[in-house]
Amino acid sequence: MTDFALPGELIHALMPEITLVVGTLILLLVSAWGGEHSSPTRLTTRFALGIVAVTAGAVILAWLRGDGGTSDGRLAGDGFRYAVDLVLLLGTAGTLALLDTEQARTRAYQAEVPVLMLLALCGMMLLTAARDLMFLFIGFELMSIAVYVLAGSNRSSARSAEASLKYFLLGAFSSGFMLYGIALLYGAAGDTRLASIGATAVGPLYLVGVALLLTGLAFKVAAVPFHLWTPDVYDGAPAPVTAFMAACVKTAAFALLLRIMTEALGPAIDTWHPVLWWLAAATMVVGNIVALAQSNLKRMLAYSSIAHAGYLMVAVLAYSADAAAAMVFYLLVYTLATLGTFAVLGIVSEGRESATTIGDLAGLWHVRPGLAVVLAVCLLAFLGFPIAGGAGFFAKWYVLQAALSSSTPLNVLVVVLVLASVVSAGYYLTAIASMFNQPRSSNAMMPVPTPIFSGVVMVVSVVALLVLGVYPTPASRLAAAGALGASPLRTVAAPQPAATAASRSQSTLPEQ
Amino acid sequence: MMIGDALIVSAILFAIGVVGVLTRRNAIILFMCVELMLNAVNLSFVAFAKLHGVGGHVFVIIVMTIAAAEAAVGLAIVISVFRHFGALDLQNLKLLRR
Repeated sequence: MTDFALPGELIHALMPEITLVVGTLILLLVSAWGGEHSSPTRLTTRFALGIVAVTAGAVILAWLRGDGGTSDGRLAGDGFRYAVDLVLLLGTAGTLALLDTEQARTRAYQAEVPVLMLLALCGMMLLTAARDLMFLFIGFELMSIAVYVLAGSNRSSARSAEASLKYFLLGAFSSGFMLYGIALLYGAAGDTRLASIGATAVGPLYLVGVALLLTGLAFKVAAVPFHLWTPDVYDGAPAPVTAFMAACVKTAAFALLLRIMTEALGPAIDTWHPVLWWLAAATMVVGNIVALAQSNLKRMLAYSSIAHAGYLMVAVLAYSADAAAAMVFYLLVYTLATLGTFAVLGIVSEGRESATTIGDLAGLWHVRPGLAVVLAVCLLAFLGFPIAGGAGFFAKWYVLQAALSSSTPLNVLVVVLVLASVVSAGYYLTAIASMFNQPRSSNAMMPVPTPIFSGVVMVVSVVALLVLGVYPTPASRLAAAGALGASPLRTVAAPQPAATAASRSQSTLPEQ
Repeated sequence: MMIGDALIVSAILFAIGVVGVLTRRNAIILFMCVELMLNAVNLSFVAFAKLHGVGGHVFVIIVMTIAAAEAAVGLAIVISVFRHFGALDLQNLKLLRR
């Protein structure tokens, strides 16, 4: 491992990100040129979709060529990076399509909204590639700052402004913790590269650093007890932005969590494993139980996304290559289901300033059967229902399998996961039952016709979910390549045997 | 010797920032406390740079740049909230409660 990368090498390793940034900056210039009132905002959104497609091409090209990152070990070029990048690009493309629908309805959105989404996407892609705390922090903040603004992007809505401020204050607070953790890890290791930190002896400085870093990350992935901002922010932000936060921000944050845990914090596994164990269990239980009490649909989905963060943490805890593959597959399925859900939600709640409740869904099947079916499939996918819920079942199945076959079997956590999923049936099935079984109330608003972009998002996500639900092999094979290519987990193979013996004694404590 | 002192001061400053965020209710003051936290971390970086070389200094520059970007965005958000609510007290922001 050399100390510095050659400039050419750096440009080569960052090719997809550079493609994205150049496109985004051109888009920004074009949209600023037109002035506030003349700029054709929907055209910007469609142009942004094109940029996403080109970037996806660059990512696929880099993956096929097998680009291996930089020789100084600061940027990863493994399958995990490219697989997560593709999930992020899919999520962003879907969100942009939903944004197009919103922009057709109201003029409250400026042309810079799609630009901000692309900038956030750039931060996320940098996060999946980062193997150095500096890259990691820049990517993290690029993503966060853009999403703070996005949460308040509906300028005519007071709820949107409130969500933005709350998200900003708590987000900046949590990145303060994360930064302090980074500083202490740097102090303990003397280097910002994850590999160097992973080769450092564990001392008090190191452990405090790990704790602070974990706190900052737990805020971002909305793990209980750091989840209190989530329902407010998800509720107040415009629907496409909520979809973006639920799908893409969560995906990027989990990719980051997995990489840090495996590459940098391997030596301290005895310490963080039990802590993360309890965080995962609390997140699954609290997320699902509180979701039962919600009547506001967006708040319900916020708590459901908290619960999903708990399921994903189980995959992080399993700490194996299989678990990384299971996580990539889960994130893909979760992104698809989120996009479908918010596409329907955007149409059902159209023209409404107040919150959409489960009561507003009543009898949707009788007026708009297509919307009801799409929402039902996506909610069943969240639940992990076989066949009708499509790939949601396999997503949970792979996580469970990885958790049970990991070197420290997480038996109790698996039981918690299954029970929490049973509890989650309580609210998902309530929403579905109200769509299909209840009559449409006479004063309920008739949903508007489905705009073409939203329709495409719905069809793509439902078809993909159902096809993968019957035949998951291609996606799961791709996910496995994403975990194993030049696996982020290979580097921890060395410290694992010693660490697992100790962590077995610790992580089985709750079972007794 | 100096490094230990600097780290302790940095930890104290960070703690003051955290306590401020947890106890105050005005958005601008909260924001100032967050900036205090970031700058406390900068002090740690500078102290560690004395041990480990220039990496810490580079990190400080990066953090300052990002904090400036964050300040620009944060103040814009504060202004948009003030336009809607006419106040910056977080206790007045209660639209998003079920």
